[in-house]
Amino acid sequence: MPDPILRLSGVFANIAQYHILQGVDLEVPAGAVTMLLGRNGVGKTTTLRTVMGLWRAHRGSIVFADRDITALPTPAIARAGIGYVPETMGIFSDLTVEENMRLAAASGPIAADRLDWIFAAFPPLKTFWKKEAGTLSGGQKQMLSIARAMAEERRLYLIDEPTKGLAPAIIATMAGALRDLKKQGASILLVEQNFSVARLLGDSCAVMDDGRIVWSGAMAELAGDAALQERLMGLSLEAG
Amino acid sequence: MLIRLISGDTPRSPILAAILLIILLGLAFAPFVFPGTRSVDTAARICIFIVLVASYDLMLGYAGIVSFAHTMFFGIGAYGVALASIHMGRGFDALVVGSVSGAIAAAVLALVIGLFSLRVRAIFFAMITLAVASAFAVLVSQLSNLTGGEDGLNYQIPRALTAAQRYLEEPFFGVRVNGKLVNYYVVFFGSLIVFLILLRIVNSPFGRVLQAIRENDFRTEAIGYRVVYYRTTATILSAVAASLAGSLFAIWLRYVGPDTTLSFDIMIDILLMVVIGGMGTMYGAMIGATIFVLAQNYLQNLMGAAEEALQSVGVPLLPLFLNPDRWLLWLGILFVLSVYFFPTGVVGRLRRRG
Amino acid sequence: MSAAPDHAPTIVRAGLRDRLAPHVPLLLIPVLIVLGFVSIGSPSSWLTLTVSGLAMGMMIFIMASGLTLVFGLMDVINFGHGAFVSVGAFVGITVLLALGGMTGSPSLALNMAALLLAVVAAMLATGIIGWGFEKVIVEPVYGAHLKQILVTMGGLIIVEELILVAWGPDEIFFTRPETLQGAFTFAGAAIERYRLVAVVFGLALFLAMRFVLRSTKIGLIVRAGVENGEMVQALGYRLRAVFIGVFIAGSALAGLGGVMWALYQEVITAHMGAGIMVLVFIVVIMGGLGSVEGCFIAALLVGLTQNYVAFLEPKLALISNIGLMVLILMWRPQGMMPVVKAK
Repeated sequence: MPDPILRLSGVFANIAQYHILQGVDLEVPAGAVTMLLGRNGVGKTTTLRTVMGLWRAHRGSIVFADRDITALPTPAIARAGIGYVPETMGIFSDLTVEENMRLAAASGPIAADRLDWIFAAFPPLKTFWKKEAGTLSGGQKQMLSIARAMAEERRLYLIDEPTKGLAPAIIATMAGALRDLKKQGASILLVEQNFSVARLLGDSCAVMDDGRIVWSGAMAELAGDAALQERLMGLSLEAG
Repeated sequence: MLIRLISGDTPRSPILAAILLIILLGLAFAPFVFPGTRSVDTAARICIFIVLVASYDLMLGYAGIVSFAHTMFFGIGAYGVALASIHMGRGFDALVVGSVSGAIAAAVLALVIGLFSLRVRAIFFAMITLAVASAFAVLVSQLSNLTGGEDGLNYQIPRALTAAQRYLEEPFFGVRVNGKLVNYYVVFFGSLIVFLILLRIVNSPFGRVLQAIRENDFRTEAIGYRVVYYRTTATILSAVAASLAGSLFAIWLRYVGPDTTLSFDIMIDILLMVVIGGMGTMYGAMIGATIFVLAQNYLQNLMGAAEEALQSVGVPLLPLFLNPDRWLLWLGILFVLSVYFFPTGVVGRLRRRG
Repeated sequence: MSAAPDHAPTIVRAGLRDRLAPHVPLLLIPVLIVLGFVSIGSPSSWLTLTVSGLAMGMMIFIMASGLTLVFGLMDVINFGHGAFVSVGAFVGITVLLALGGMTGSPSLALNMAALLLAVVAAMLATGIIGWGFEKVIVEPVYGAHLKQILVTMGGLIIVEELILVAWGPDEIFFTRPETLQGAFTFAGAAIERYRLVAVVFGLALFLAMRFVLRSTKIGLIVRAGVENGEMVQALGYRLRAVFIGVFIAGSALAGLGGVMWALYQEVITAHMGAGIMVLVFIVVIMGGLGSVEGCFIAALLVGLTQNYVAFLEPKLALISNIGLMVLILMWRPQGMMPVVKAK
């Protein structure tokens, strides 16, 4: 296994008086897709947010590319090379698609070939380039959200449920784009409920329960073992 | 019995209990312990401001709403008594009609403001009350036919409440027993009753819901309480209590004017008293109002003396800051510091120690 | 990557009604002007009042714009904003009075140079004070509305009192620079020169602000930050720094508004800022907290209403604006152009 690009060691985080993360140990290998699985409410989203510094880890450490980012402010974490796609998509609906993309490229204009690549992955973005993002459909917003993360070369992508609530056709588009991203050698930490997508993309996999990582290993191992799925997540994902 | 009277809300600190008792006894026997027109007047003001500040605390400390219209309600009660006394002639009936109609007007106005601004965002309320209160103050000073404008109104109250009425030929414990003394006790007991009712309100189930809303309005709404309803009701109750305080003030002073009831300076005074005494405690109102009114009456003299002393020594610049007119500067600084470092005020501090 | 199936664009062409809806507030201005014309009757008085209403509206907008953006960005409501108006007025007018030789001369160039110096001094002073205010008064109470309101109100009191210490308790009367004095007649209506200048200047400032917000990267960051500050940070922008910048700019604009307001009134007092804040708050609420365009439209509506009603029934001028706000809130409870908040 290659060196991890991101390592969480014993991370605890509280939201108000609730203990959401209770000692998360997680390694995300470089150049691979790591799936973060688990039932709703076990702390997957909080884990991603804590990495981004949007919640604070009050114990434990988060190391990204050999640098301790536990206490860094969110913008510094982002500029260290992490692209973040939140569960809520975080689209700026008052801004046009173009302006959303312009903001996403913090260090300067988006390279032309990169833009072509994004348009090829998500054709509707080209169609609605000058439209206000608020007028897009749910699927198009999700595309924009991922496209924003892709606007610049990042060393790690944190992507939270990109296929949630989308129609099958759009899920296929999304999965295609993520696979494309993976092919380019990106490191991705992906929260995903759709198991067929997870199996298609995932190299390794970590399962959360109750604020901790309860199992981690190769995706193939989990995919092939219905009993393990049942034990870890209380349901078999094979059906998907 | 006593515990029931204060709705089971004990001071929970021996020092606090002692201070409150001293204030209560001091006010109850003020005409005897501190004879003299000025000190009795100060005591009456303290009584009235305790009610005014306590009613404000119901909104700020318990419901978590910031209003800048509290003096407006105060003024409505005062002008109610004044107008009734002028148009109905001096008499107790005028005092009652004035107080009651003032309270009703305050309640209706509070309901309307509450419905408009609390429905959307609590923060609207602060801005809207500020706007409405200043519009009201401008209107009162412009409608001079009715309100006497900037000069305000002088009127007569029943003779039984004035110094002209003697009840005993001989002084009682060295104090003349006249209408003015009776008037003081009208103010004292009136204030005491309203204060105890406010104490009852905040310790009722209604008061507990208010505090839950203050802590977390989303969650309280989710449990099934209509947040807007509770906040608006708190606003109305608070407005009515403020209006009654205004009525007592009008009975005591026999004069109302924009400066004594409606001015924004009084609004700032109320804020200071609540914060210094301790938000969300009710007893904070007693302490805050007492400290503040005493300081206002006596500390300004001290500042004046200090200014003159420094001036005569020839210290530059500093006297400018000690001019009694700059007393608000120091209050402002005290206020900001209290909100940062002392948010629970005197009462919170004492309770934590106790 | 060819696997992606086509899917039809889902934007349905909106009906005329829906497409017009966002622009309805803008239409209220001509409606109000026509209404004013009908109720005033005399075209010349109407024209005079319209110009002064627009001038007043522009000045209120300049003072209010910073406040609404500051709220939009960080959910901070600054009740001490009026202090910047007063400080701006005092600093600006002090400079103007010191440059009496330049303002008294009939030369337009000299007048404008003096005015420019005054405005720059006022904006510098209020910008710096704004920065300090943000650091000392506002920063410790982020996210706590109740404390924010109390503390910023405390800040207002302190600054007002400091003005009294520095400039003394009396109001200061003065006259405008020579070339801004007097009126000219147009279509039978007397129009004060200064008011027309204020209208033109205010409009130019609004357009400039709109350009910055719509077409520059910093403007994009501000607009995006109003909607979803967290995401702006997750894209690598230091929102905190942007916010401080907006706070300083907003304070400087309030200072500019203070100078303009002072020139309009030809008298300054320490409480003038707190006084005008009543109208500023009405405007900010009517416009929709966080919206610069809404703020602009609301400011013009308030300025016009104030002037028309003051002519028709002087005692009701301020009340009429409260009535206007009530009407607007009945129509759109979040204000005319509410800002989408992602929370």
